Amino acid sequence: MPYSLPDLPYAYDALEPFVDTQTMTLHHTKHHQASHMAYIREQRQQRSEQDLNRAVGAHKVPADIATTVRNNGGGHFNHTFFWEIMCNPSSTGGPAGELKEAVESAYGSVEALKDKFNAAAAARFGSGWAWLVVSPEGKLEVTSTPNQDSPLMAGIVDTPGTPVLGLDVWEHAYYLKYQNRRPEYIAAWWNVVNWEQANQNYKAAAGSKM
Amino acid sequence: MAAALTQSKFLMGTALVSKRLLASRRAMDMTTRAAFTLPPLPYPIDALEKKGMSKTTFEFHYGKHHQAYVTNLNNQIAGKDLESLSIEEVMLKTFNGGKPTPEFNNAAQVVNHTFFWESMSPNGGGKPSGKVAEAIEKDLGGYDKFVEAFKAAGATQFGSGWAWLSVNKEGKLEVTKTPNAENPWCYGATPILTMDVWEHAYYLDVQNRRPDFITNFVDNLIDWDRVEQRYLAATK
Repeated sequence: MPYSLPDLPYAYDALEPFVDTQTMTLHHTKHHQASHMAYIREQRQQRSEQDLNRAVGAHKVPADIATTVRNNGGGHFNHTFFWEIMCNPSSTGGPAGELKEAVESAYGSVEALKDKFNAAAAARFGSGWAWLVVSPEGKLEVTSTPNQDSPLMAGIVDTPGTPVLGLDVWEHAYYLKYQNRRPEYIAAWWNVVNWEQANQNYKAAAGSKM
Repeated sequence: MAAALTQSKFLMGTALVSKRLLASRRAMDMTTRAAFTLPPLPYPIDALEKKGMSKTTFEFHYGKHHQAYVTNLNNQIAGKDLESLSIEEVMLKTFNGGKPTPEFNNAAQVVNHTFFWESMSPNGGGKPSGKVAEAIEKDLGGYDKFVEAFKAAGATQFGSGWAWLSVNKEGKLEVTKTPNAENPWCYGATPILTMDVWEHAYYLDVQNRRPDFITNFVDNLIDWDRVEQRYLAATK
């Protein structure tokens, strides 16, 4: 059954002033929708978006549609994940729970993780994403991917894993409000991170390794 | 200054890039030349406003992005052997046969943007004439076929990148696309026209509507006189 464009879990203006209403409206209704239209034609063989992404680069996708599935399957999964990892700043209690403990154990502090994540997001040349993932060995890793590649695409990405946090650094994600100042956008984005969702992502990803 | 002159010669287009590079290398003395600077625009910063590319876009695209590539490159090569080379030499050397070193992105983006500004004109648009028009007819099947191929190249470059019209190693015109900072010089061809399809090239003017940007570029912005000059230089 074809996937549909999911509703945002909040209003288009919920992330103001850090991510602006116009950007959220265009990003959700135009960019995400566009990748969806091309995508639904090709995703019928897999059970879920996650499975489809995991199949990319693993010789499980027919060659003639491999690029379409990589770009649109990744774009659809990444954007759906991205909307859910953000919320209005008043709706989150900040880093907490198992994720906070794991981050402090791996990086020393949440601030140290942010520094590493920010560097990955700033250094991604061209279009792409920065990620905090749980690796196949159950370890937290900071990484970035080009274009719409997702960390689930184990056959093609440098550091595969299950995403816990993800930040879109395509210029369409920030250009209307921040223009060339990507580092400002990255810094502001931490204000709208949905830490409860991140903790759930972490528990689900780490739990499946135990 | 010497670097700027070398660059404009290079950007006129030549099929003999490697010979040129050898010549310019021989001509250079052993002293380290001054840092690279942002080349001037070939028209006022608001000159394309009425043709769909706003002054605001230029203020960011030329004043911030292009400048940042220049600044970042200067910082990266300070104190290295690369510092004594021309911008084109830095670009070709750091492309490193397809395994680019960290300086490549900045060097190539400096070259790409200079070439892009000089691909457009306030008097641009319309159809090509002269030798390049004949070559488009012969090599690409005519202007309409060129437009179709060039628009498709720009529209299908997924993520950030560029669309190109180049003279290939066999002396024939070809339309290609490249991701991020790569360009046809890296692969031995000689570009005569380029279109930037990074989102920063059009997002302030038309947001997500890249096809609108592409159509406007093809119909109203291409400096065909310049493209003709580049074609003649590349096929001499």
